[in-house]
Amino acid sequence: MSKFKKKTSTSQNIPTSALPDIIFMLLFFFMVTTVLREQEILVEQKIPQATQLQKLEKKTLISYLYIGKPKNIAMFGTEPRVQANDVLINTKDIVLWVNQEKDKLSEAERDQITISMKADREVKMGPISDVQFELREADARKLLYAAVGKVQN
Amino acid sequence: MARKKGRLTQEVNAGSMADIAFLLLIFFLVTTTIASDKGILNVLPPKQDPNQPPPEIKLNERNIFNILINANDQLLVEGEYIDNTEKLSEDIKDFILNFGAPDEEAISLFNSLPASLRNRAKRDASSSDHPMTGGAVVSIKTNRGTSYERYLEVLDQVKRAYFEIYAERVGLTSDQYRALTGKTPAEKELQDRGKEGIPMAISIAEPDKIGGN
Repeated sequence: MSKFKKKTSTSQNIPTSALPDIIFMLLFFFMVTTVLREQEILVEQKIPQATQLQKLEKKTLISYLYIGKPKNIAMFGTEPRVQANDVLINTKDIVLWVNQEKDKLSEAERDQITISMKADREVKMGPISDVQFELREADARKLLYAAVGKVQN
Repeated sequence: MARKKGRLTQEVNAGSMADIAFLLLIFFLVTTTIASDKGILNVLPPKQDPNQPPPEIKLNERNIFNILINANDQLLVEGEYIDNTEKLSEDIKDFILNFGAPDEEAISLFNSLPASLRNRAKRDASSSDHPMTGGAVVSIKTNRGTSYERYLEVLDQVKRAYFEIYAERVGLTSDQYRALTGKTPAEKELQDRGKEGIPMAISIAEPDKIGGN
């Protein structure tokens, strides 16, 4: 061994001292962009694709409704259900829920409330239109059909 | 160790620092869900008063672009069966930009359009009167058994037709136009100039009961 060692006097080490910095940079990026899920999704969520997406600016005005087949079929059945906050609700309770969400907003912003409807692509229009009817009743008429981008060809 | 006693500078081994950082990185990588509040905006019509019947709106048949989707997700557009939605937005654009029976206001709107859109505008008397209020309405009627995915696909195409017209009016691409937030006066001006005179008239009819639950 020592015979070979003597030959090369130049050090062949790659300086790794900058490696932690690079990793830290990545780490900070993910720390900043991360949103820890604050509620468990009880329904299936395969968000449909669309091309003409618009982004909402004011996050505080958005309330989320999840619609889809329950994950726990044994407990909730196979029919599509609506989830608000962290519980499954009946369609007729949506008005109540909207009013609760409106109460969280300040007086001036109440009529600007936007409902982001995250519906599974398998859901039929029947339940969707029932939800829309209730939202009209509750006077929360700004609705966002949540969708993910589709690659245009 | 004993040999190195005299040395003053004693470096801390920083090699494992990367490992610690990696561990944290992987944790955040896994838990991250990059929040996406993107979607298709829709404004629902106001609540119906049960004591009053819905107002009768008189529209000529030629001013309505009918899209029907049945429970099998098949499309009937203006009385014709179509297979896919690829050409739908082009048809809708033609319909919106048709000046079948323009009044004076509509003629001035026509003159304000850029040349590319003016070339596209036809004067087909059997299609819509003009793009302004009451002149061209796109109607989507679904069934309770229609899948949400199909409905959104069609709505997406209708929106696309409008956004492409708006964007072309102000000389942007459709993507750029949709990204406008209206926060700065300049953006707001662009947004309004695109929409001016051509309201997004999308009527979403109550789905009928056959074939659903």
